[in-house]
Amino acid sequence: MDLSAISPTLLLAALIVASTPILLAALGELIVERSGVLNLGVEGMMITGAVAGFIAAIESGSPYLGFLAAALAGAAISMLFGLLTQYLLSNQVATGLALTLFGLGLSALLGQSYTGVKSMTAPKIEIPLLSDIPILGQILFRHDAMVYVSLIMVVAVWYFLARSRAGMILRAVGENHEAAHALGYPVVAIRLAAIAFGGAMAGLGGAYLSLVRIPQWTEGMTAGSGWIALAIVVFASWKPSRVLIGAYLFGGVKVLQLNLQAAGVSIPVEYLSMSPYLITILVLVVISARRGGAQSDAPASLGQSFHASH
Amino acid sequence: MKRRDFLASSAGVALAAATLPAWAESHGMVKAGFIYVGPVGDLGWSFQHDQGRQQVEADLGDAVETVFVESVPEGADAERVLTQMALDGSNIIFTTSFGYMDATNAFAAKFPDVKFEHATGYKRDQANVATYNARFYEGRAVIGTIAGRMTKTNTVGYIASFPIPEVLMGINAAYIHAKKVNPAVQFKIVWAFTWFDPEKEADAANALIEQGCDVIMQHTDSTAPVTIAEEKGIFSFGQASDMGKFGPNTCLTSIVDNWGPYYSRRVKAVMDGTWAQSDTWDGMAEGGVVIAPINAVVPADVKAEAEALMASIADKSYHPFTGPLNKQDGSEFLAAGAVIDDGTLAGMGFYVEGIEGDIPS
Repeated sequence: MDLSAISPTLLLAALIVASTPILLAALGELIVERSGVLNLGVEGMMITGAVAGFIAAIESGSPYLGFLAAALAGAAISMLFGLLTQYLLSNQVATGLALTLFGLGLSALLGQSYTGVKSMTAPKIEIPLLSDIPILGQILFRHDAMVYVSLIMVVAVWYFLARSRAGMILRAVGENHEAAHALGYPVVAIRLAAIAFGGAMAGLGGAYLSLVRIPQWTEGMTAGSGWIALAIVVFASWKPSRVLIGAYLFGGVKVLQLNLQAAGVSIPVEYLSMSPYLITILVLVVISARRGGAQSDAPASLGQSFHASH
Repeated sequence: MKRRDFLASSAGVALAAATLPAWAESHGMVKAGFIYVGPVGDLGWSFQHDQGRQQVEADLGDAVETVFVESVPEGADAERVLTQMALDGSNIIFTTSFGYMDATNAFAAKFPDVKFEHATGYKRDQANVATYNARFYEGRAVIGTIAGRMTKTNTVGYIASFPIPEVLMGINAAYIHAKKVNPAVQFKIVWAFTWFDPEKEADAANALIEQGCDVIMQHTDSTAPVTIAEEKGIFSFGQASDMGKFGPNTCLTSIVDNWGPYYSRRVKAVMDGTWAQSDTWDGMAEGGVVIAPINAVVPADVKAEAEALMASIADKSYHPFTGPLNKQDGSEFLAAGAVIDDGTLAGMGFYVEGIEGDIPS
């Protein structure tokens, strides 16, 4: 065993990169669920974003256009879910699952001629001055633009929900859509906007995989990240700050367990492999349990169809 | 559909199934079917099997027709695809993943006129089932030699998939030959517990690189580790297929599974009426395992050394598992000059002496 082989600085920097796809997707789903909609199609939207972002980046030569295309593609495919659940009042759970299957199939089709193509990587942005701070600079300020975007989005989502009028309306829709409707708020329009935002964020998360994490397109490359994002939203009891903790914890333990294996730590590999899931759930449950349990934080109208009958 | 119609059409199908292959054979035309577990575009395992299929077409020309179905899950779907292929008149069907083993044997009983070829399996319950595999460990010996010579930090990273004999013999073969040319070499092994998860494979590669490995080997199927190694300027080796284009400057070579010669031979045997049940384990000698062109960054003397090793394995004057070799616990595994037998090799469940860490159970 040689723990000194693990560099804490590199580990923490790797943690941030490993967590970003899940963080982006989870923030999007957080807004969707706070508006009272349960979209289980995160995995499908992520992989659609991954392939759309990859194709756009290859064809245009710009990773940033790739991310833009990924957000648009994610939002577009989420509108399919929006149309079905908000206008045709289909079951949200079943529709979300179908969206995942559809996304996986569609991305495989679109990406067929892009398998094995090498992409350009999004450049790292070293923030002047800050990146020169010893240790901290290396951990925090030498990443690609999307890492900073994801962190800004955490603050933005928090501010939107907690401090802005629009955010309060969105929460009202999620807590009690009948009451929000009676007050004159366009429930369906607000939910569609939330679903589109969720799709765009999932798309960005997917593109982060295909453009930064592993700069290539491979069928099925999200390999379950969307489901992790969904779980983190619930265990974080629908709070942006806890989503950040959950995502970084999961990404962190995932990277750490591989590092521990490489360092030859004498913990059985089976335990190390399950540790990211166990530790993330455990910590988030403990945080949530301190104040009356997670259930009380769930938006009251979550997963219920709304039909304005009067 | 009325029951009478159904019975009539079923009878027709059964009749066609019984007579079509015979008809095709009597006309010298053979239809070969291939079932893949992954997409043809995985650039690894399934991709290589499809390369083999294409070689059959190239070798045998108009006398053969090939069909394939990709991404067939192991289990009930495999049986559906097998039925379809047999009814469509395939004379020989290659099932190219370990998990098709039971479906293949069950179906062989129902279609005695069709020949079945199952990759990497060991069950041959019916007379019309043959099995085949390749000696990938021979390639691991060659890349182990190159890795031992190329590492500056004397630390080689190994991304392993599952603790099964095939993976363990790969690790052992690579380690033995790296150690032979560089006694100071150490292996860091990470178990990914997956054949294909680009994100996890990339994370594993990153972790190994950050801990001082300057050469990465993989026994997982995606191109992610080669891509990450190229980004970081670390040497890597491709798996199953030539992954060189993902690491033009750093991917030193790849172990390529070359199924084509075997596939052509077996389809030809059906054509000639000489097909018989067999269990084939081809290696470099038969052309079943090939080393991709060695990257120009490898110095000429190292390249020559690797090529000499390849030649000695190919002419069978040298076996990568030749004693004296000890197991990890120091007990004797092969006496000096002794060569491992295929039975022991196929069931390998331990590390050789010098490798650190435990094998997950």
